[in-house]
Amino acid sequence: MIEVENLTKWYGPVCAVDNISFRVEKGMIVGFLGPNGAGKSTTMKILTCYMPATSGRASVAGYDVLSDSMNVRRNIGYMPESVPLYPEMRVRELLMFRAALRDIPRRQRRSAVDRVAERCWLSRPEDMMRRRVGELSRGYRQRVGLAEVLLHNPPVLVLDEPTIGLDPAQIRAMRELIRDLGAEHTVILSSHILAQVEQTCNHLIIIASGRIAAAGAPAELRQRVVGPSRIIAELRGAEEATLVETIRALPGVRDVQPSTSDGWTRLAVGGDQQVDLRTEVSALAAARGWQLRELRREVGSLEDFFVQITYEQNVRWMERMTKSA
Amino acid sequence: MHQTLAVARRELAGYFYSPVAYVVGALFLLASGLWFFYRIFIPGNEASLRPLFEAMAYIMVFATPLLTMRLVSDEIRSGTIETLMTSPVTDAAVVTGKFLGVMAFYLVLLAGTVVFLAIMAVYGQPDLGVAATGYLGMVLLGAAYLSVGLFASTLTPHQLVAAIVGTAILAIFAIMMQVLVANAGEPWNYLAAKLNAMTYFRDFSRGMFDTRGVVFFLTATGLFLFLSVKTLESRRWR
Repeated sequence: MIEVENLTKWYGPVCAVDNISFRVEKGMIVGFLGPNGAGKSTTMKILTCYMPATSGRASVAGYDVLSDSMNVRRNIGYMPESVPLYPEMRVRELLMFRAALRDIPRRQRRSAVDRVAERCWLSRPEDMMRRRVGELSRGYRQRVGLAEVLLHNPPVLVLDEPTIGLDPAQIRAMRELIRDLGAEHTVILSSHILAQVEQTCNHLIIIASGRIAAAGAPAELRQRVVGPSRIIAELRGAEEATLVETIRALPGVRDVQPSTSDGWTRLAVGGDQQVDLRTEVSALAAARGWQLRELRREVGSLEDFFVQITYEQNVRWMERMTKSA
Repeated sequence: MHQTLAVARRELAGYFYSPVAYVVGALFLLASGLWFFYRIFIPGNEASLRPLFEAMAYIMVFATPLLTMRLVSDEIRSGTIETLMTSPVTDAAVVTGKFLGVMAFYLVLLAGTVVFLAIMAVYGQPDLGVAATGYLGMVLLGAAYLSVGLFASTLTPHQLVAAIVGTAILAIFAIMMQVLVANAGEPWNYLAAKLNAMTYFRDFSRGMFDTRGVVFFLTATGLFLFLSVKTLESRRWR
């Protein structure tokens, strides 16, 4: 449904999107996950024909975003991040205007508006459709924005931060709605909150500093994107230095960080990714007659990975700022 | 076409929501009304709206940019430009729609001044042919002025800046050129005469239908609408 190849976007001297490629198949709900300023919105703006890429190509529903822009726009529903609406218009009026812009035939506009109003819970309370957009709460504005996007029933929906600024109940409702929409539409949504996209999407693309850091189904990513494994062991019965020395000699151990208090030495042992050092450590303790009071394994989670890349991006950003300053 | 009209209708409706449009409309009608009652509607005067048309043409230098300033600037500021430009609508259709919308509101304002003609007809016999060409001149001049204002509005997200830039461009063609005609040496005064909007407009207000004026105002309208489309397009490339 969506194909992106070597897409790059420079804003003056700043590279916002750096040579990314990905594919989105029909019926997928794709979560674009990345810290603020990672290039999510820029990619979406290129896909929706708001701005052209510096280089690379992208196509939506088989149409190229540059050479066949009108057909791309017909097949896409795009909700920008801030959900910009005309505050002076009434909800129905706004939706009717959008329907006309979308070139929906005059006779079908009313039924299209009623359909999306129903779908996005705008039909209740009674007077909702007659209210001015400027008077609506954030949650309702978001619903109007989503309703607009669904008017022409596009095969592809592009939603930039659809849950930002909503309260927890609204976030859950929005998430369920998006999941429902996934049955008929291919959806790309962006977020900088992992927990949110994880529950909604069946495919994640993690992006940082304009590059794709990882991509795949959430469960698959959880498996794949584990950081180095790490075991924690608390031991007694030998000098700290001896303990460290002995453990470090085990195969697959990368580093050992000791800390001693109350006569117990706590060791954080970092190992290679697939290695589980627990059996070796406990066998070693038994053989040497050490007392073992705690032994557990910590696996780097997707959260850790996400926090890590966010942190790295921020560091790079700070470096660039100090360099230019 | 549908879409152009949809944009036009939204803009026209927008003027009736907007306090700025009411204030501009009221001030325009007040100023032209005062001019009418103190300068024209005097016993013994010629029953003609000619002086009023000239006054209105000058008022429009300041009034039209206030009407057009929000057209694109407001969309840029609020971000609605993003939804507009990702809709299956060409930039030309957006610009044309906005132009037609403000033009319609301008015609509503202009229609308000027909009252003066009616009052005059009660007390005298104004030449309706002259009045008709005068109004034609106002429509042509309005189209050109509004397209200049629309162009200014595509340049900036700030409405005030758009209004000032619009007024400045209009002042060059409506006021500065007159000054140059009177003061500049050859050949500049001849060139200025060709670019002076008021020269062309005066023919219409005197009841003369001059194709040079039609060509001048329509070309200016076309040029500034074209420039508006181009600046709007260029936003994508920045």
